[in-house]
Order: sequence, then structure tokens, then C-alpha cells
Amino acid sequence: MAVAVRIPTILRTYTGGEKSVEGEGSTLEALIAHLDASYPGIGERLLDDGKLRRFVNVYLNDEDVRFLGGLETPVADGDAVTILPAVAGGAR
Amino acid sequence: MISRAVVDAIVGHARADHPDEACGVVAGPAGSDRPERFVPMVNAARSPTFYEFDSADLLRLYREMDDRDEEPVVIYHSHTATEAYPSRTDVSYASEPEAHYLLVSTRDPDHAEVRSFRIVDGEITEEEVRLVGTLD
Repeated sequence: MAVAVRIPTILRTYTGGEKSVEGEGSTLEALIAHLDASYPGIGERLLDDGKLRRFVNVYLNDEDVRFLGGLETPVADGDAVTILPAVAGGAR
Repeated sequence: MISRAVVDAIVGHARADHPDEACGVVAGPAGSDRPERFVPMVNAARSPTFYEFDSADLLRLYREMDDRDEEPVVIYHSHTATEAYPSRTDVSYASEPEAHYLLVSTRDPDHAEVRSFRIVDGEITEEEVRLVGTLD
């Protein structure tokens, strides 16, 4: 099974510059673990204390996984996962 | 280098959303460093001290830029009561190392401060905002 994962610019240092890589896993959590095994260190940029980081958006196909099942979201062969760091900030 | 018209549009957006922070990007052809296409975004936080692009809007924006072979050349937002300088929060969330982070301060109703910065690996470098009539 293969899932296409779109990597944002800031995380391409982990993937040797690749903007799209393949991963596998039956859930998002498993997919991230698999990605981290292939690209060490990337997991920590996505997870904090085992949970998805607040300011990193992860999408399964067209949906933000926060509205699906979070880390438990099932992932299937042919799915596309996109990672986009939040664009945020402010005076405080 | 950025056109006066685009900066005016950015300041207009900041004034319109004041006292909430306004935010958006100016997209341009990938690798060109040309901020051509003004894209105001909704501040999902709707706050006078914080901004965040709504996550669905963000996906749509990046897909659109991808389709058009563009990147976010400028990422702008406003500070409504403080100076047009990146805060600690701005620095910790800056995730586009190639972008120019344009700050507008709307604290003075008569005069908008506009300044631009690169934020790379946690370091802020101010840069000159060169206003031109057109980019060519």
C-alpha cells in the first residue's frame, strides 16, 4: 500500500529536498511512524508528546484530519496526505 | 521590490480589519521573488493580537499556488497596537524560509507603518521595502 505525502518546504531538509514522498500505514499515526523511520526526525516536527502539533496542519485528501479522526484517521492505499505548517503569528 | 498598488491593497486590508489583525499573502511565480498576486486571507483567530489562516483556506491557497506554479513571496499581517516588527510569536511560527514577512502597524490611524523582514531559523533580518510603480 502506498500513500503520497506532500512535504512542506520547511520539512524538506528531512526528506533530502523531496517535496513528495511515499509512506504506508493503516492509520495516520502509523503513517507518521513509517515516515519517521524513513526520514528520522520528521516525526518530532509533526507530533508533540504523541499528539499532532497544534500549528501543523495535516490533511487527508481534502480534509483537515482534526475533523476526521486525528491520529487515528484510517489511511488507505492511494490516499494523499498533505502537511502544511500553520501560517500564524501576532503581536502577543 | 513590491508595487505601490499591492502595498496599498495590504494597508487597505489592515485598516479594514482593524482592530483585528489582518493577514494574507502576495503570491508570485516560484523562484522569481516577484510579489504579484495579492491574496487577502481571513484571520480565523479574529483577534487583535493573533492571526491564523483557517486550515481549509490554507490548503486551498497552497493547492492554487501549486497549480499556478507560484509560491508565497510575501506573507503579511498587521499589528494593531504595537510596532510593525516581528514578535516572538511571529518568529516561532514563521514557516516559510523564503518568504518576505511584511508587517503593517495600524496603531496610528493617520500613518501606517510598513516594514519587511526575512525570518530564517529564528533569526530576523530587516530589509528595505522598495516601492515601484510596476514590477517590470
